[in-house]
Amino acid sequence: MFDLQKKNNLKQKRIRIIIAICFPILVLLFWQYASTVGLIKASLVPAPLNIVKTFLSHLESGKLWKNLSVSFVRVACGYFIGAVAGVLVGFLMGLFKSVNAALNGIVSVLRPIPTIALVPIVILLAGIGFSSKVIIIAIGSFWPVLLNTIHGIQTVDNKLIEVAYTYRINKLKTTFKIIVPSAIPAILTGLRLGMSSAWMSVVAAEMIASSTGIGYLITLSRETANARVMYMCVLVIGVIGLFIDKGLTRLERYYLMKTRGIADVK
Amino acid sequence: MVETNNILDIRNLHKDFYIKGQRREVLAGVDLTVKQGEIVAIVGASGCGKSTLLKLITTLEDITSGEILLDGDPVNGPSPKCSMIFQEARLFPWLSVKQNIEFVIPDSVPKAEKEKMVEHYVELVGLSEFMNAVPNQLSGGMQQRVSIARALATRPQLLLLDEPFGALDAFTRMNMQQELLRIWKEDNTTMVIVTHDIDEAIFLSNRVVVMGKNPGVVRSIVPVNLPFPRDRTDSAFLEIRGNIMREFLDS
Ligand SMILES: Nc1ncnc2c1ncn2[C@@H]1O[C@H](COP(=O)(O)OP(=O)(O)O)[C@@H](O)[C@H]1O
Ligand SMILES: [Mg+2]
Repeated sequence: MFDLQKKNNLKQKRIRIIIAICFPILVLLFWQYASTVGLIKASLVPAPLNIVKTFLSHLESGKLWKNLSVSFVRVACGYFIGAVAGVLVGFLMGLFKSVNAALNGIVSVLRPIPTIALVPIVILLAGIGFSSKVIIIAIGSFWPVLLNTIHGIQTVDNKLIEVAYTYRINKLKTTFKIIVPSAIPAILTGLRLGMSSAWMSVVAAEMIASSTGIGYLITLSRETANARVMYMCVLVIGVIGLFIDKGLTRLERYYLMKTRGIADVK
Repeated sequence: MVETNNILDIRNLHKDFYIKGQRREVLAGVDLTVKQGEIVAIVGASGCGKSTLLKLITTLEDITSGEILLDGDPVNGPSPKCSMIFQEARLFPWLSVKQNIEFVIPDSVPKAEKEKMVEHYVELVGLSEFMNAVPNQLSGGMQQRVSIARALATRPQLLLLDEPFGALDAFTRMNMQQELLRIWKEDNTTMVIVTHDIDEAIFLSNRVVVMGKNPGVVRSIVPVNLPFPRDRTDSAFLEIRGNIMREFLDS
């Protein structure tokens, strides 16, 4: 009975994998076909092969890498600031009820604002230079780091706190040796989501008077009505975002596996 | 060698909980004394207040009325004279076995002595090979051993155990019961063990406290005057078992 079920599961799993691979390929094939025979307008939706060609030519000319590297630097700076601020404020809000009471209202109002809506305000306050782009990205990465840090600290297992109490562990040690370490898995999740979010904010950030960057390439391609570059950039952003997320997920699991012998904590 | 003073003295202990403003009497006048070096088992139906009793001793909960004397002094705050072992091992998953035990030894103890104590107690529970393992790499039984080593490393005079083997399978449980007796002989720590397993209670203890429910009271205390190690199929063992069973059925 159990064996039978297992077999079935394996079979179903295989079928699902085949579907997962075949369906996107079918979509691509249809897209290619529709675009070539003129079912959809190539100037609006270019064929996949043409997008690949554009990608290769941009890669060869070094144009893609040049713009990407600029974006990477901006993301790195913004992420660093956003993540550090997120962890710090998260600790303060998670650990101190009074800080939480003071900031919770402000956070609730500011958090749902899309980063792109803040662009004009940031320009007003910080001008149109490097710093305003970094600020936009920092804000984008700040929220997931903040919320996950708070969550991690607030959901510390009360059973461990009871243990600390019965062994007369002082407050400082309880905070830094129990509460903080138990929040680490959640903080890592926050840092990963923050990185994804930083990368997603790059286009919004580079809408600010840029002459370089992957976001700028998109703006430029819109102005020159170059659909191929537009699609190429969007897909490149998507793929890089995917790699960032997968890479950080692995790193996170590796770290937890190495330090706690288990990857799925919380 | 033989001490006659009471390490634990509970007098007319009452505990009420308030659920949505409504009073619920959980312990209604519990009296119990535990002598140095004894193992006392507490059995009783689920919800009769066994865990609450232990929590009151460790001050994880506050007394409503009555008195708990630990080595002659009324408890106020967690005492270094008393350690508690819970049903779950409650280890810190990010610390190794060694670090988990070190964690609870006061920082005033010199480092070298700390290491010696950790080594001693890890050896006592038979886990020397796993000093540097983290809890997730250990089985449930092994984790509970670490938790016992951790409790003993603070050198308590009284060890409270709240259904410590309740989450383990039957074979591991029997194994752990033997281990606990071996540790008790070597370390001579007084123990109060809560269990819902009557066999376990008789196998381990000098006296079995039978608790009644709604509200929680001590219904009777059954002495177990059998030599260690005990044989669960022995007629004297079974007779005591029958007596305790009858206590439950009488209610
Ligand atoms: N913190 C609490 N608040 C309200 N009621 C509680 C609390 N802790 C325990 N109780 C109640 O007290 C009774 C005894 O609980 P407990 O001591 O855990 O029982 P046992 O360990 O014997 O199974 C139960 O009815 C339980 O619902
Ligand atoms: Mg209980």
